Amino acid sequence: MSFATILGLGQTALELGLINSLVVLSLFLSYSMLNVCDLSTDGCFTLGAAVGAMVAIAGHPYLSLPAAVCAGMCSGFVTAVLQTRMGVDSLLAGIVVNTGLYSVNIAIMGGKSLVNLNKIPTVFSMLKDVLKQTPFKGMETLIVAFLAVALVVVFLSWFLRTRLGLSIRATGNNPDMVRSSSINPIMTTTVGLTISNGFTALSGCLLAQSQKSADINIGSGMLTVALASLLIGGVFFGRRRIPVRAIGAVIGAFLFRLVYTIALRFNMPSFMLKATSSVIVILAMFIPYLKRQYPNFARRLEARKGGR
Amino acid sequence: MLILEQVNKTFSPGTLDEKHALKDVSLHVRPGDFISIIGANGAGKSTLFNAVCGVFYTDTGRIILGGKDITMTPDFKRSKVIGHLFQDPMRGSAPDMSIEENLALAAGKGGWLSSVSRADRAQFRERLALLGMGLEDRMDHRVGLLSGGQRQALTLLMATYNVPKLLLLDEHTAALDPGTAEKVLNLTKSIVAENHITCMMITHNMQSALELGNRTIMMDQGRIIYDVEGEERSKLTIHDLTEKFRQASGRDLDNDRMLLGVDQ
Repeated sequence: MSFATILGLGQTALELGLINSLVVLSLFLSYSMLNVCDLSTDGCFTLGAAVGAMVAIAGHPYLSLPAAVCAGMCSGFVTAVLQTRMGVDSLLAGIVVNTGLYSVNIAIMGGKSLVNLNKIPTVFSMLKDVLKQTPFKGMETLIVAFLAVALVVVFLSWFLRTRLGLSIRATGNNPDMVRSSSINPIMTTTVGLTISNGFTALSGCLLAQSQKSADINIGSGMLTVALASLLIGGVFFGRRRIPVRAIGAVIGAFLFRLVYTIALRFNMPSFMLKATSSVIVILAMFIPYLKRQYPNFARRLEARKGGR
Repeated sequence: MLILEQVNKTFSPGTLDEKHALKDVSLHVRPGDFISIIGANGAGKSTLFNAVCGVFYTDTGRIILGGKDITMTPDFKRSKVIGHLFQDPMRGSAPDMSIEENLALAAGKGGWLSSVSRADRAQFRERLALLGMGLEDRMDHRVGLLSGGQRQALTLLMATYNVPKLLLLDEHTAALDPGTAEKVLNLTKSIVAENHITCMMITHNMQSALELGNRTIMMDQGRIIYDVEGEERSKLTIHDLTEKFRQASGRDLDNDRMLLGVDQ
């Protein structure tokens, strides 16, 4: 394998890792901070891709980003209202919204399950033209993704230190305490989920535009992939300060992509991506569990042996 | 100050588990009162507190605080004027957040998008120093790292940071070791006295029920069966209290923990 190939692979992993890390940051807010496992993530990712693609096709490549974010925020708001105001269980609310989004997404894409962006100007293609004569040639995906991620990390680092951000963190940590601080946990949950889904949709929009197509399955398994990345990041940066943890989430996404890219090089078929992410999530949850349980298990085994 | 009128609450009505937890409870708390509340397990002491701070809505009756009817006010709005401490020191603070961040939430100053200023931090330090536990030098430590006593003291500070109209103490020192319990209790007394907070305290320790405050209430099976203050109270002994209990309820007070007062 030549150096150039390795560099190319690294760049691809970095690009996709950065784009994916927006979903990881979304989960960082909803899962790590708010303690809500948002199962509408897959659908919301596709929603961002669909909205972004259609707005780009309509001739507004730059507008496609805020449009996707807004669509994602609407979806997150619905998920939040279902679980805080309508008595739907938190997990179920995500599943219901995810299912509903399938139809919504196809409707947005004009009744088709695949939209092609080959000849359509996107944020990436526009930047590509700008960068043609500069040393940054061919790095448009990297630059856009990096800017988006940096913006989100800076936003989160600031936001989670404001009073509203602190309330959101406390809601996931000890809802009783939020209520006794005269803050309505329904409000904090709603704000948190709305914002986090905005990031998810932005990620979907960027992925669709960078790969020049949006299809109805673009988001499937995204939650698991992002969760795996989040947990990988948590292994290294679990108990640090918020900005460090947010960057850790991004690094987690990159590491996950890197492992996956390498695996592909060794002829792992690409359809194994989802199984890989599942296994990583399982391991990330199982190993700490095993650490806690093993002493008891060993003692029970001992007792059984001794009993005979 | 606080007026309860004919308050009733039944849990799981119409089922085998039906429990009439509060029966026609009426109570008039005057400003500046420090009331100790005693009663056997399941007498409705904690339920009374939960009704006042809005954990559930009462079935019938009215709750009036400071002249305002709060019967149907949601809990998070009541908490602006009511502080509530529990036996479990873990309940009042967020373990994964720092001392400073917990205090920032309790202080609740500024707009939603404002963050802790240098002046805020200085004030937090000052208030923490009053606890005498050295917490002012550990403001960026996670609250989960604190001991039970430190955490309960912090919770006390948080509950009284903005002086509440009413402070409810639900055996808030019962889970602490005797030395720490005394320290937290003394802190409570000084904070309550300094800020003239009206206070109600559940205790299983009959001795401190009589020593602390100016008024004692005894509850049994969802009712207030004895309410004493002034001269009559100052003459009471633990023996008198158990006798009163027998008279009012027709049963012996068969709670060793209560008689011996082992928990404080």
